[in-house]
This record gives sequence, structure tokens and C-alpha cells, in this order.
Amino acid sequence: MKYILMMNGTQANFDSYAKWSKQDIEANVAFMRNFRQELHDSGVFVDTKELAWPQEAKFVRSGADGEPITDGVFPESKEFLAGYWIVDVGSAEQAYKIAARVSAAPGPGGKPANMPIEVRQVLGSHGDLGL
Amino acid sequence: MTAQSSDVPFEHLLRELTPQVLGIVVRRFHDFAAAEDAVQEASIAAAIQWPRDGIPENPRSWLTQVAFRKMADHIRSESARRRRETEVAGETRASEPAFDASPQEDDTLVLLFMCCHPALTPASAIALTLRAVGGLTTAEIAYAFLVPEATMAQRISRAKQSIKESGIPFQLPTSQERGQRLGSVLHVLYLIFNEGYTTSAGPRLRRADLSREAIRLARIVHTLQPNDTEVAGLLALMLLTDARRRARTGANDELIPLAQQDRGLWDREQITEGVALLSAALRKASVGPYQLQAAIAAVHDEAARAQDTDWPQILALYELLKRMSDNPMVTLNHAIAAAMVHGARKGLDLLDDLRGDPRLANHHRLDAVRAHLLEMAGESLAAAKHYRAAAGKTGNLPERNYLLMQAARLTTLTDSGY
Repeated sequence: MKYILMMNGTQANFDSYAKWSKQDIEANVAFMRNFRQELHDSGVFVDTKELAWPQEAKFVRSGADGEPITDGVFPESKEFLAGYWIVDVGSAEQAYKIAARVSAAPGPGGKPANMPIEVRQVLGSHGDLGL
Repeated sequence: MTAQSSDVPFEHLLRELTPQVLGIVVRRFHDFAAAEDAVQEASIAAAIQWPRDGIPENPRSWLTQVAFRKMADHIRSESARRRRETEVAGETRASEPAFDASPQEDDTLVLLFMCCHPALTPASAIALTLRAVGGLTTAEIAYAFLVPEATMAQRISRAKQSIKESGIPFQLPTSQERGQRLGSVLHVLYLIFNEGYTTSAGPRLRRADLSREAIRLARIVHTLQPNDTEVAGLLALMLLTDARRRARTGANDELIPLAQQDRGLWDREQITEGVALLSAALRKASVGPYQLQAAIAAVHDEAARAQDTDWPQILALYELLKRMSDNPMVTLNHAIAAAMVHGARKGLDLLDDLRGDPRLANHHRLDAVRAHLLEMAGESLAAAKHYRAAAGKTGNLPERNYLLMQAARLTTLTDSGY
């Protein structure tokens, strides 16, 4: 079963991350690199991407003529996807464990940041024989 | 090797020879992990050279020679790396002239027992079985499971590491363990079959190949263990289930339930073969769960129309199966059969037994079955509610679409005054 682990943050979260100390950023980057390696080594890695920060994010809707109508002023509380990992595991519990691991990525002062990770199953085409 | 080349005859030959050659190499060098890599490399070399230069006169000995050379290279680089004196075991064995390089009948079976060892996780056992016994490349297995090749390679190497650490010997299990170990082999083959028995989406053809591969492997086990009735039962179950493949999905990959399938699309030849296998197995002494499941599949397959289905017989078979295994999925299917024989109420009552079963707590099938039975009982609104609940829980897109359509159909009927 494949699960997507999504790390979300508000504009304020992104702004504060940008002001971390050099050591804190280094520690966080090293943790993320190791985390990715762990996913590889345990044979569960499917995909990961980091997204550009939300300053330039736009909501796009189709106008009457099919032309894009963009909207880019968001409330402070709006959460944006910072990045995701997709893992292929045997159970939801295993996906939660992995999510908890990345939630513990170090924040300011090296303490776990405890960022909330949204875990969702990726729909598959795997039929259930029901036997 | 491309995904399209799987119908080329040399590839069939190659995959048939893989476990035989691997058995020879393991018996010679006593290092399963390295031997498995060497045989995979030899197969890849064959896949490049044979189409170009023609199939060698003795393809098995060609593969064995190449794999032996790869092993010798491996041993040399290992000993150089470790700065040890000559790898005594490997080098001396490599120069033993009297080694018997003919395949042993039991090799394939020994390999299956090894790759499906209960010390491995199911995901590892599946990957290793498909490579070491099935002769598929890592890339092909990765493609079938929709994961990167590096991830599948890692799973295979971890599986081999587990085998090494558990000290699983390259030999047949003792007679005491044999039953349980064969059970693990059959379970892994069943999982491979199930993975390929897909409803839709993604590379359909490749995943269908997994079912065919599971059938091919089950056939090999049946050939090696012709008197084991559960092996025959599993092979029959696969054939009888796979026979409905073409009728199972519509033109747009939508799921078509058994009762609405075009039975003209069912593979009669496969049904005949499955029924014959099963009948022969049932004539022998012991009856196990795979044979019972195959028997249920056979009753469905033998009904010319859905309304001709012999539900009392299916119900009796589920009752036997329920006594044999503590599987909530069996209880669910038993409830459906009971509803078909004794009415929807009876089925709904049986579902109540499953309330609070943690194995089904978040499983969509409990809601889906309840919805189906409520619909039979004429309770359209309650049925729609459970179809929607099931849709929210399933991890399968065609199934979610199907469940939502069922709910929509019922509520539309209600709205228009039915």
C-alpha cells in the first residue's frame, strides 16, 4: 500500500524557517538527507519532492472564456504543502511510524520541530479478492 | 530487456532455466545471495546475446558457465577487498573437477522454500521469489509494483540478508516443518496472484502478467508436489478466478461485479482445467482452505447465468471454510451466501458477529457487504449510506467509483419516488 506523507506549513512557518541559524538549518538539511536515505535503505521509497515556497503560489480558476483567473493573496492561516514523501509499506501503522520520524526533524536549537505530517493513502488499482 | 519482450520464446526458456541454474550455482558455491546475483547477471547477458547470436545449443550449460564466471569474479574481488588470503572455500571448489553441474529435481522447490521463508516480510518474499524462481529482472518486478527499481533492488538485497542472518540452509525442510513451510510458499504465490488480479489503472498488462506468473509458479509446484491437494487447490483457485479476467472490467476500466459479468467472456478452457484439477484433488483425502475456495469459484464459474448459481452449495462450502480458518473475509462472504439462500435479514444478522472485530474496523468490505444486503432487504437509504462509507475507506479507485455509483443509483431511485 502506498501512502503520501505531506508536510504542510503556513506562510509564518516558512518565514520563521528562513530565519533559523546556520547550525539549525544544517542540522535540518542533514536530517532530511538521512531520512531519505533511510527510506531507500528500508526498501519503501517511492518518491519525494520539495516545493518552491508559497510566495509565488496562485490559485487558478477557469474564467468564462476558459482563461485563467489567478488569486494570490492568502490569509495567514492558510497551509501550504512544503514537500512530500510517498512510501510503499505493508500497513498504515508503518506509514504513521515513518511520518512520526520525519515530524521529529530538528527545529531551532536542535529540538524536534514536531511539524504535523498529513498521511493519506494513495489510491491503487489493487483489487480485493475478498477471500 | 524491454517490457514488451515477454512473449519472445527465448525469454520463456530463460525464465524456466533460472531456478535450475541457480540451484546448480548455490550447490557449488554455498552462497545464495551472491549466486542469485550471478544468475541474474547471466540472464541479463543471455537476454542481450541470444536474440543477436541465436540460442546456444545447450542454453542451461551456457547460463551455468556465465554464472560460474561471475561467481569467480565475485570471489576474487571479495577476497581482494577484504585483503584476506585466497578465499579457500570458493577457489578450491571452483577447481573441483568432479562437480555435478546437472540440475537437481528438488532445486526449484528448495529455492521456493527459501524465498518464501516465514522469516521474510511478505513484500521481500514476493520480490525474491519473482527474481530467483520466476527469473524476472529487478526492473520488471519494480515496474509491476510501481516502485523505483532501486527500491525493489533494496528489498531483494534485504531479503537475501535476512536469509543469511537466519542461517536458512539450502535444503528441503524437515518433514515436521514441511507442511507449514509449504503453506508459506502457497501464501506468497497467492499474494503475487492477488497483486496481479487488478481491476484497472496503471500498466494493466504488466500486472496481469503477475497473475500469469503466479499461475506458472503454482504449476511448477504442482508438478513437483503432485500429491499435495492444497497445491492443486491453489492452482485451481487461480485458474478459476483468472478465467473471469476479461469480464471483470468494462471498456473504461470500471468494475463489473460477478452477477453482471458477461459470462461469454469467461475463459472456458481455463475453467475446465481448474475444475479437473480440483475434482482430482477432492477425490484424495484431506480438504484444505484453498480447495474450498476453488470449489466456491467453480460453483460460480459453472453457472450459465447469475440466477442459476447454486447458492446452497456455496453456503455449505463457506460453512466448512469458516470452521477451518478464522478469517473475517470468509465470514463476510459467508454472510452474502446466507443472504442468497435464507434472505437478506439472515445475512445482516451474521454481519453483527463481526461488529468490533479489529481486523475489520476500518475495512471497506464490511460496509460494502452491509450496503449490498441492506439493498437486498429493500432499505435503499441505509444501503446508500453504507455504500458511501465503504467508498470513503477503500484504497482502490475503480472500487470507489463503483461504490459511489451504487449509492447514487439508490438515492436517485428514492428521489424519483421508487
